[in-house]
Amino acid sequence: MEKRIFTIESNEPVARDTFRLVLRTDAPVAICSGQFVDIAVPGYYLRRPISVSDVLPDGVILYYKVVGEGTLVMSGMVPGDTLELLLPLGAGFHPEKCVSDALLVGGGLGAAPLFLLAKELLAAGKKVTAVLGFKRADEICLAEEYRALGVPVHIATLDGSAGTKGFVTDAIATAQPVFDRFYTCGPLLMMKAVCTTLDAPGEASMEERMGCGAGFCYGCTLQTQSGPRRVCADGPVFDKEEILW
Amino acid sequence: MVKDLSVSLCGLRLRNPVIPASGTFGFGLELADSMDLNVLGGISLKGTTREARFGNPTPRIAECTAGLINSVGLQNPGIEALVSDKAPALRRIYGGVIIANISGYSVEEYAFNCARADACPAIDILEVNVSCPNVHGGGMAFGTDPQSAAAVTKAVKAVTRKPVFIKLSPNVTDIVSIARACEDAGADGITLINTLLGMRIDIKKRKPVIANKMGGFSGPAVFPLALRMVYQVAHACRIPVMGCGGVARAEDVLEMMMAGATAVQVGAENLRNPTACPEIIGALPALMERLGIDSLQEIIGIVA
Repeated sequence: MEKRIFTIESNEPVARDTFRLVLRTDAPVAICSGQFVDIAVPGYYLRRPISVSDVLPDGVILYYKVVGEGTLVMSGMVPGDTLELLLPLGAGFHPEKCVSDALLVGGGLGAAPLFLLAKELLAAGKKVTAVLGFKRADEICLAEEYRALGVPVHIATLDGSAGTKGFVTDAIATAQPVFDRFYTCGPLLMMKAVCTTLDAPGEASMEERMGCGAGFCYGCTLQTQSGPRRVCADGPVFDKEEILW
Repeated sequence: MVKDLSVSLCGLRLRNPVIPASGTFGFGLELADSMDLNVLGGISLKGTTREARFGNPTPRIAECTAGLINSVGLQNPGIEALVSDKAPALRRIYGGVIIANISGYSVEEYAFNCARADACPAIDILEVNVSCPNVHGGGMAFGTDPQSAAAVTKAVKAVTRKPVFIKLSPNVTDIVSIARACEDAGADGITLINTLLGMRIDIKKRKPVIANKMGGFSGPAVFPLALRMVYQVAHACRIPVMGCGGVARAEDVLEMMMAGATAVQVGAENLRNPTACPEIIGALPALMERLGIDSLQEIIGIVA
């Protein structure tokens, strides 16, 4: 973990309340899928933990939703502004545990960390299918980016304004993808449905309000099958068997 | 001129007065890969109870203006894990002063835990937490009344030869009477302050942000209050004080020391900046130069 200053290259809205933030720094960046960065937002006491959607040789690409005052301030920042990040944080996904075919199941911004995972899986020669769920069509993000990688994308929206009407589990039932391992990130109830219905080994990226983000304040502890675990340091990614729904 | 940052605390020499506060630095081991721990004057370890505790339900953290509320609720692996695993492991990589922070639900539990910590050579100082606002039926209940604070002090002093600091709560009407009761009962020092009981409400959900409704508020917002209490206690007692509460900069360290603190703990700031302590220590010599201070020891309690 280290503290580093990044410069905003772009910070653009890409979907309803959703921004794509490209950050550059002056040295190589090493971070894996499922890991996150903790951003100091000027004027706010605690940092904002945000998962990494893509890695550049000297930067990162993040997606964030404006959900409160801190992210609203972030959405107003412009190219050239700087942000101080802690990174890399957390324990991420395990692409190496996929035998040949991976299913990625994202809900809302859960599509973001799974995008970097898709690239890692493809680089390792695995086949990847993505099922992405959103509330409505104007919240859809990253679908074209997945398709540009050659990944088949199945969309579900709650209101039926795009793709399958209903939940990601409905889209999975319709698409019948082949997979030996799945990876999911999104709302807790969605991940619960995915983890308890899919008959394959899987991993889920959990979320909790964090203090330090780096494993020493014990603010984001989750009770798991093998005892208390820190979402920020032991996770955020956990095997589905570990999670007590 | 080379600046002397060292201070003497109950006969122990600290290379500098800066100590990460209990609960904001884990057991030190969590940060060993991120910094050189040996620049720290001391480390106060995570509060420990007799049995392992999961702590409170989440959310345990709420952001505030110039601070945060925490309701971790003394999540810890229990006293045996502290003395047989955590403290010895830290000692192997850290040469400074190791402070065990001890909690309990009864006078007997405090004494039991302190007796176990006394037998652990890795531990230099016992900091007895009678001020945790996040556990029911223990913690703060002992620190808000002079008699029960004295009873805990007496019981733990009877089972250890290590220096005993009592960590006090600011959630009281008369901090001086409680500090004096601890001193009279044999305490070797006082740490203050612990967090202030606070609350936030999510106005969209119409519910408290913290699962446990309330929690301990800390951060720069509490610094003037902490400084005032350090000043009052340092002037009313003969035993040394570790000042704690809202310290975020080298300037705050000097203020605390001028108010009477022999050592200074940094808490909430670590949560927003894991390298806050090394940065504060690094800034001290230049600040001392600017203010004409050669030795930190000489400014302790200099404000009458």
